[in-house]
Amino acid sequence: MITIKGKSVFGGVSIGKIKFYKRNDKVIKRTHVDNTTAETERFHDAKKIAIEQLKELYNKAIADVGEANAAIFEIHQMMLEDLDYIESIENIIQTQEVNAEYAVATTADNFAQMFSSMDDAYMQGRAADVKDVSERILNILSGSGETSMKTDEPVIIAADDLAPSETVQLDKEKVLGFATMYGSASSHTAILARTMNIPAVIGLGDELSEQFDGKDAVIDGFTGTIYIDPDEATLTVMREKREKDLEQRRLLDELKGKENVTKSGQKVNVYANIGNVSDVGLVLKNDAGGIGLFRSEFLYLESNDFPTEEAQFQVYKQVAENMAGKRVIIRTLDIGADKQVDYFNLPKEENPALGYRAIRICLSQPEIFKTQLRALYRASAFGQIAIMFPMIISVDEVKKIKEIVATVKAELDEEGIPYKKDIEIGIMIETPASVMMSRELAKEVDFFSVGTNDLTQYTLAIDRQNPKLEPFLDTHHPAVLRMIQMAADNAHAEGKWIGICGELGADTELTDQFLKMGVDELSVSPALVLPLRKKIRECE
Amino acid sequence: MKELKYTITDPEGIHARPAGLLVNKAKEFASDIKIGKDGKMVDAKRIFGVMGLGVKTGMEITMSAEGDDEADAIAALEAFLKAEL
Repeated sequence: MITIKGKSVFGGVSIGKIKFYKRNDKVIKRTHVDNTTAETERFHDAKKIAIEQLKELYNKAIADVGEANAAIFEIHQMMLEDLDYIESIENIIQTQEVNAEYAVATTADNFAQMFSSMDDAYMQGRAADVKDVSERILNILSGSGETSMKTDEPVIIAADDLAPSETVQLDKEKVLGFATMYGSASSHTAILARTMNIPAVIGLGDELSEQFDGKDAVIDGFTGTIYIDPDEATLTVMREKREKDLEQRRLLDELKGKENVTKSGQKVNVYANIGNVSDVGLVLKNDAGGIGLFRSEFLYLESNDFPTEEAQFQVYKQVAENMAGKRVIIRTLDIGADKQVDYFNLPKEENPALGYRAIRICLSQPEIFKTQLRALYRASAFGQIAIMFPMIISVDEVKKIKEIVATVKAELDEEGIPYKKDIEIGIMIETPASVMMSRELAKEVDFFSVGTNDLTQYTLAIDRQNPKLEPFLDTHHPAVLRMIQMAADNAHAEGKWIGICGELGADTELTDQFLKMGVDELSVSPALVLPLRKKIRECE
Repeated sequence: MKELKYTITDPEGIHARPAGLLVNKAKEFASDIKIGKDGKMVDAKRIFGVMGLGVKTGMEITMSAEGDDEADAIAALEAFLKAEL
């Protein structure tokens, strides 16, 4: 078995034989022509045919991948009609008295070079578009027609790189996946692969060789890996991964865009939990209604020193913008206990789960807290951010937090920095104390979010990490469920909403009960959004 | 001659698709229409020139129109920029 790593552009697993895509490689010869007017005409005729072909391709692409993705073929037409491009070709033919092929190839090189030298990756990728359209004219001029890929059984297409027009012309029914040696994630081929739901790996490099033509292979689009001549163990793992993915996609087809509503009409928000910016794609893909828990710890865990306000701001802003107006609940720093960071210099504790962690650090070291709050408030101007505070046990803590928030707002006002005035503030319900005080706490905040993992551990006095305690741990313990009920009742009594962001939120055996309690929102890992939606729609 | 200034807010800047739309919009008018940034002006009816500017979000661009329908052109382009970029 040979394993090659590349970059993933679309998840999914495909298993099949490799077919190496071969292009009619042409060598463009520079030849002298006497009649430059006729040669210019030859170019114009070829250009007309190319534009006709692109129109057809555009229509095919609209049907296959939608208008937004098909637009590239309209751009291709415009490139061929661009006067700079045409004048360059005409000039070369007339002044150098050379053949149209040479003029087109030279012009294509120049324009591709212009894009390649631009300082942004997206524009650099457009060099491929120039080459693609020019290649089309060259094919017409030489009468060689288009390269086609004929195959009877579905295959994994391997190539050095694929132009957008080549990708769209492939028969979708016959393509299991793409694997290319070069190409970038922002290439249109990558975008088309994503739209066509085809697993794809790019940037595999020279290791992917034509010798693999006809061999068995597996593409793991999730990790960006291709296995050639896979062994039995790899095949078994990959088959399972493929089944799981297909099940998820089936759910997606069935449930995407559908409401989270029970048979009797009760609605509930289903949001997703994330731990990094890179998870936002999964949130959107799985059609979550918002982000119910964004763990901000990664900013601190991935850094060697306290992350700056600016660094945090950029991250929060990006997530808020990508979620485009959907609610994004960001939990402030929850370091301590099982999550340690060197530069915090936290002393070793006998009992860290009950120790110096989360909001306790923030209230003791308000400078760290204020940096994060400033970043959050600044980012609030770019979407619908809500802020949530962990490990609350008293009203007094919430009041102290609100004082610090007021200082932060006053500072921003003074500096003339915009932020959203009515940003929602909530607390985690994860200590028994916060449940007992939930009526009073509800008066102070806009929402609750139940962290069931800690609430279970603190209510039952059972260490989650200790396997010896497993026989004593009932994850559906009525004491925990009553706690949630009590917090929900008190939230609603004060006109506030309550969500669940811990593991129990995804437990479909409890969904029915949570709905009866009147829980307003359930936040689960992105992959569980749709299974949960399915369950909700089956509830009475 | 009429002129307008506009700051791009689209996070992707003038990438291929809006560049195409912008060129098509400019072609609707007989006037000579230019687009540019930092003093470098190019023909707004030519897609390579427009894309070659490499305009990113937050950058200010200038557009100018000169000809019989210059007032209409600038009004239409301004509406286009606000809606698409």
